[in-house]
Amino acid sequence: MAAHLKKRVYEEFTKVVQQQQEEIATKKLRLTKPSKSAALHIDLCKATSPADALQYLLQFARKPVEAESVEGVVRILLEHYYKENDPSVRLKIASLLGLLSKTAGFSPDCIMDDAINILQNEKSHQVLAQLLDTLLAIGTKLPENQAIQMRLVDVACKHLTDTSHGVRNKCLQLLGNLGSLEKSVTKDGEGLAVRDVQKIIGDYFSDQDPRVRTAAIKAMLQLHERGLKLHQTIYNQACKLLSDDYEQVRSAAVQLIWVVSQLYPESIVPIPSSNEEIRLVDDAFGKICHMVSDGSWVVRVQAAKLLGSMEQVSSHFLEQTLDKKLMSDLRRKRTAHERAKELYSSGEFSSGRKWGDDAPKEEIDTGAVNLIESGACGAFVHGLEDEMYEVRIAAVEALCMLAQSSPSFAEKCLDFLVDMFNDEIEEVRLQSIHTMRKISNNITLREDQLDTVLAVLEDSSRDIREALHELLCCTNVSTKEGIHLALVELLKNLTKYPTDRDSIWKCLKFLGSRHPTLVLPLVPELLSTHPFFDTAEPDMDDPAYIAVLVLIFNAAKTCPTMPALFSDHTFRHYAYLRDSLSHLVPALRLPGRKLVSSAVSANITPHEDPSHQFLQQSLERVYSLQHLDPQGTQELLELTIRDLQRLGELQSELAGVADFSATYLRCQLLLIKALQEKLWNVAAPLYLKQSDLASAAAKQIMEETYKMEFMYSGVENKQVVIIHHMRLQAKALQLIVTARTTRGVDPLFGMCEKFLQEVDFFQRCFIADLPHLQDSFVDKLLDLMPRLMTSKPVEVVKIVQTMLRQSTFLHLPLPEQIHKASATIIEPAGESDNPLRFTSGLVVALDVDATLEHVQDPQSIVKVQVLYPDGQAQMIHPKPADFRNPGPGRHRLITQVYLSHTAWTEPCQVEVRLLLAYNSNSRIPKSPWIEGGEVSSQVETSIEGTIPFSKSVKVYIMPKPARR
Amino acid sequence: MPEIRVTPLGAGQDVGRSCILVSIGGKNVMLDCGMHMGFNDDRRFPDFSYITRNGRLTDFLDCVIISHFHLDHCGALPYFSEMVGYDGPIYMTHPTQAICPILLEDYRKIAVDKKGEANFFTSQMIKDCMKKVVAVHLHQTVQVDDELEIKAYYAGHVLGAAMFQIKVGSESVVYTGDYNMTPDRHLGAAWIDKCRPNLLITESTYATTIRDSKRCRERDFLKKVHEAVERGGKVLIPVFALGRAQELCILLETFWERMNLKAPIYFSTGLTEKANHYYKLFITWTNQKIRKTFVQRNMFEFKHIKAFDRAFADNPGPMVVFATPGMLHAGQSLQIFRKWAGNEKNMVIMPGYCVQGTVGHKILSGQRKLEMEGRQVLEVKMQVEYMSFSAHADAKGIMQLVGQAEPESVLLVHGEAKKMEFLKQKIEQEFRVSCYMPANGETVTLPTSPSIPVGISLGLLKREMAQGLLPDAKKPRLLHGTLIMKDSNFRLVSSEQALKELGLAEHQLRFTCRVHLHDPRKEQETAVRVYSHLKSVLKEHCVQHLPDGSVTVESILIQAAAHSEDPGTKVLLVSWTYQDEELGSHLTSLLKKGLPQAAS
Repeated sequence: MAAHLKKRVYEEFTKVVQQQQEEIATKKLRLTKPSKSAALHIDLCKATSPADALQYLLQFARKPVEAESVEGVVRILLEHYYKENDPSVRLKIASLLGLLSKTAGFSPDCIMDDAINILQNEKSHQVLAQLLDTLLAIGTKLPENQAIQMRLVDVACKHLTDTSHGVRNKCLQLLGNLGSLEKSVTKDGEGLAVRDVQKIIGDYFSDQDPRVRTAAIKAMLQLHERGLKLHQTIYNQACKLLSDDYEQVRSAAVQLIWVVSQLYPESIVPIPSSNEEIRLVDDAFGKICHMVSDGSWVVRVQAAKLLGSMEQVSSHFLEQTLDKKLMSDLRRKRTAHERAKELYSSGEFSSGRKWGDDAPKEEIDTGAVNLIESGACGAFVHGLEDEMYEVRIAAVEALCMLAQSSPSFAEKCLDFLVDMFNDEIEEVRLQSIHTMRKISNNITLREDQLDTVLAVLEDSSRDIREALHELLCCTNVSTKEGIHLALVELLKNLTKYPTDRDSIWKCLKFLGSRHPTLVLPLVPELLSTHPFFDTAEPDMDDPAYIAVLVLIFNAAKTCPTMPALFSDHTFRHYAYLRDSLSHLVPALRLPGRKLVSSAVSANITPHEDPSHQFLQQSLERVYSLQHLDPQGTQELLELTIRDLQRLGELQSELAGVADFSATYLRCQLLLIKALQEKLWNVAAPLYLKQSDLASAAAKQIMEETYKMEFMYSGVENKQVVIIHHMRLQAKALQLIVTARTTRGVDPLFGMCEKFLQEVDFFQRCFIADLPHLQDSFVDKLLDLMPRLMTSKPVEVVKIVQTMLRQSTFLHLPLPEQIHKASATIIEPAGESDNPLRFTSGLVVALDVDATLEHVQDPQSIVKVQVLYPDGQAQMIHPKPADFRNPGPGRHRLITQVYLSHTAWTEPCQVEVRLLLAYNSNSRIPKSPWIEGGEVSSQVETSIEGTIPFSKSVKVYIMPKPARR
Repeated sequence: MPEIRVTPLGAGQDVGRSCILVSIGGKNVMLDCGMHMGFNDDRRFPDFSYITRNGRLTDFLDCVIISHFHLDHCGALPYFSEMVGYDGPIYMTHPTQAICPILLEDYRKIAVDKKGEANFFTSQMIKDCMKKVVAVHLHQTVQVDDELEIKAYYAGHVLGAAMFQIKVGSESVVYTGDYNMTPDRHLGAAWIDKCRPNLLITESTYATTIRDSKRCRERDFLKKVHEAVERGGKVLIPVFALGRAQELCILLETFWERMNLKAPIYFSTGLTEKANHYYKLFITWTNQKIRKTFVQRNMFEFKHIKAFDRAFADNPGPMVVFATPGMLHAGQSLQIFRKWAGNEKNMVIMPGYCVQGTVGHKILSGQRKLEMEGRQVLEVKMQVEYMSFSAHADAKGIMQLVGQAEPESVLLVHGEAKKMEFLKQKIEQEFRVSCYMPANGETVTLPTSPSIPVGISLGLLKREMAQGLLPDAKKPRLLHGTLIMKDSNFRLVSSEQALKELGLAEHQLRFTCRVHLHDPRKEQETAVRVYSHLKSVLKEHCVQHLPDGSVTVESILIQAAAHSEDPGTKVLLVSWTYQDEELGSHLTSLLKKGLPQAAS
């Protein structure tokens, strides 16, 4: 599809260019137009039977129609419509009319009269419905024309009494999409009373056909989406629909109730059969909660999802959703959660080992037990226990959203979330772990809860374990036993799944720095120090020991008394780890040791202002000083680039901006240098070799511009223009250099034309931004465009050259948020000396594990490249399922790469790295014609390529010859 | 007066030997045919003589429906069909049909071979009985005869458990059997559509209980097993062969898989293996997870659970064993228990209720020294845990189902009288429907008002539809037509057509009515006043003042004349045809109120 669209775009562009050059082309275009409708006309006349006509129409529908010829085609279709007796052909014509009226650039108001006209004489319900659909298409194309809208609404109202549900459906859809927003619209001279669309639609809430009821509710929702304020009276009507027999009606009604509750949260509604009144949002909340135990799972999912976004609901209603009074034999019983809590607070230590442990306690007054609470009671308890995992996931999501807005609710829902960690479906477990992480600011885990949470660490799924590590990073634990428990479980996890090493260390780092006071009393035990005896020095390479140290050192950062408990070797290990795992081990203020000042000062003054100012200033400097002599400019640029690079290294939050601007400056520098070349002053044929530098510069600039465009996230259109402009300059440079170094005119001819096309293309894409490019290269070039078009290549080159030299340096506006895409390959580590042996010709799977930062849509653009020692390169596109999204802007790629090769005699290293694939077409505006057609081959202006964005890792492999 | 009669022969205010007779629309249906586990004499089977005193069973009953394979719902079936004698159809779902004979055979073996009972049904009888079974699919409407139809709904509880809707004409009864409203590890939750039956017969085992979430129980169970296995202990789980055992197996199996555990799990062989085979086959009856993943792997093909051999009990190292029977009163589970009881590392988990007097009950109530046969004293050092896994709906679940089906009345069976009382009161209070709880042998009679279908000609319907503008489902609408009753079917046709069909000539029927008005003015003036009054009141109708001085409203004629005796009184003559009766009577009542005084 996309390719087809592209093709169409280019087709038109090329035509325009030709129009300017030679007059004949336009004539050709015109010749084709009438033939299209004429052919249709002839075909339709030829058709002897309805089936034939239908065939012709179907064939016709496969090809797109230009905007100019739409009207002619419509006329012919209409003409045929009047003659046609067969409803199926009329139906197809009606649908074609709708399709044609959607054509971009065609204003369908001229066919509306005809459409309405044929509507009045139509008998077949199906055709009627299709015609209404056509009218809807017309109406939506003309959103400004009030009169037409009114007229269409009128037509819709007239047909609302039709006996066919299809027609009524379409009428309601029409009303929903076109019903006038403001009641005070000036009345037409014809005396069309402005109708109360809401009232009309509301009447159909009680239609006999469920499909019409659904359509009515949907139409109402559509009105809301278009900005019409729904009346509050609809609420009561919608509530009645909640007990409808049909699930689609109930599902839509739930949505409608939600909408109304968001519109009038504070208004008061009476509770039936009592004198009390409550807020509407609470009432709606209760009703939607009730729908969580609906018979149809579609409705349950819908209800559970919507619950999450009802934040204005009162807290006692909210807390009821987790409430389920247990009883046994009419006696009150405590839930397992309550028992667990009590056990915890009483400090007792048996847990339900006796049979009678959950024995019911007090008697319940039979009158007071309400089995079907008319409210929110236990909605989430039901939702989380639902049969369908879709409902459970929706419920977990809703819990998450509500808990984020209400800390007290977060505390209460914790037990239920922890329970969900044991769900049978992995997706649900994962979702609940993520949810817990998101609300972790509001909660503190009790020991028994922590116990359950930690039990999941043994899960065989890597995703679950890593999600859990992330969760532990940001949970609050209440006791030192809790910390100890967590550590023990994590170490157990480490021995069971050694691949989790990094994730566990990171987890312990945060666990330590969050709970320094809880770690403190554990230190002697953890380090197994003894007050009198020296203990054996632990093995420094043991991951478990490192894990313990990471925990302790991070806790010690904010707990100055802790280092006193360390033994000598701990200090030595600290120094070692501080160097080798600096991202996990913080700088410590150790007694008798000088603190590395820089590290701390960086922490103390994280004020970003001065550095940001510095960045701004250095850029200003460059931009203002462009009329210096070339030598000075070059030096200044070089200096600034160096500054920026250093700044990027120092200040991680500015790295993106700094790198981005440095790259831009480097391009500029290259351009200046290239233009400074001596070759321009000397006769062309003499300087074949020296031109290398200039063409190399052009090539490099091109590369850099692609990097700028595709490797940074957050690049806005403003920057894209500048980048493209820079690329255009590079192309110009390339043109000049080739012109200088090649003999003969023929190749030049093609190049010139191509370059001019590029310029034209540039103008087309960024027409809106051209005013910002005053005085730039392209600005001047476009001024001279007519002249260039007619000039000979040699002259073109000359003009381009002078203009390139005169062009000014464009100011690159800095985007708000810009980040450079980067990737680190964690696995394979590339340290192994043992080659991976496999039989040549067969494949071996290599596990690749990498983290990607600031990559948008990694599923489609990230590739893995394998470079074999013989220069053979292989590109692998990972499956979309291999990407996980652990946090905003971060992705994780866990995949398997299959390697294969013919036999080698010695083990050798292959390189593995990650690439970003780009396609220069992605930013081009797309044409809206819809119908599919044949896909064109590559268009020459689209450039695809890849940018490496990770360090390559070497893997030792050894394909052995197969033994026979 | 048509009625539905329900008589429980078993399970009325009681748990066990479910057997309910329903008479609906002249059809007699028997729901379930179970045995009672509490008795070993005649009382263990329902009292079929209640039916047979009027003749043969086959003559009386139109069909028998079995809801699921538990013996208290199907245990008396061979006795009933072969020994008492019933040759009609027996309906049950496919899984029930498959598993039921296994359980019946097992039951027979215990009764005959172990207890040595005579006069019990034989294996051949079970086979013969099963030949009479007709299997049904979920949501399949089965026509038992021309009028009686039944339909099965999913009920959870055990594999193949179903709720049945029995329908004759427009009257219907829903029988739930046993059901579960919360899904478990291998089965989904019961579901029924809004079928609005006249009567819902529901079980009420847990009428007074609201249960805690299943997840807590599962988690506790898994945690306990996991801990015991981790410290190297052996875990014994006494179970009954079918139902819960499979749920626990799945639970442990998935947990083992998730946690990468290696300790072996054993299942004592015999009955269970056969049953497991059926669980593998009837995947469509299980829950969402199992249904969705069976293509990759059938959850009932256990990877970690292996068949148990007597010798394994002495193997060193941790293990988990499921053994029958569930109450530790005999058999393999008791043998293993005796072997392992001495070690405090070991653990026994009782997943269900234990009858008094069994070893299970003793250890659950905390007894640590057990006297075994032969005066031995067994000291129990192993841990004893209790974990309730039950698959009946709790009070909330029952209410939920009642809410889903929207019945006109509810009847409670399969529960204790005292508990039913509570639920009955709640149902009546919250749904405002009548609720019954008959004891065994007690008959409940329920009058019904079945709707009678009447055919209407399309032309008439369309004509009448065209008159009203807005559709309004809630408002009744007046429709003129003629009802023709011919050969026990009813038709509503337009009067013209009726006349034509019956070959009758049309008679005009006109009503006239005199209204006395006190008005001293002339007749013409009175007529004008009447005209203007009616014009203002009847805005939707066409009111005309004719030149001859009379007033017409649509086709109703009003003439004013002076009273012969009293000149101060005018007599209004109102005349209308039968077709305009509605408007005519409205008009007269209007005129009787008199004219407004404003005109004078």
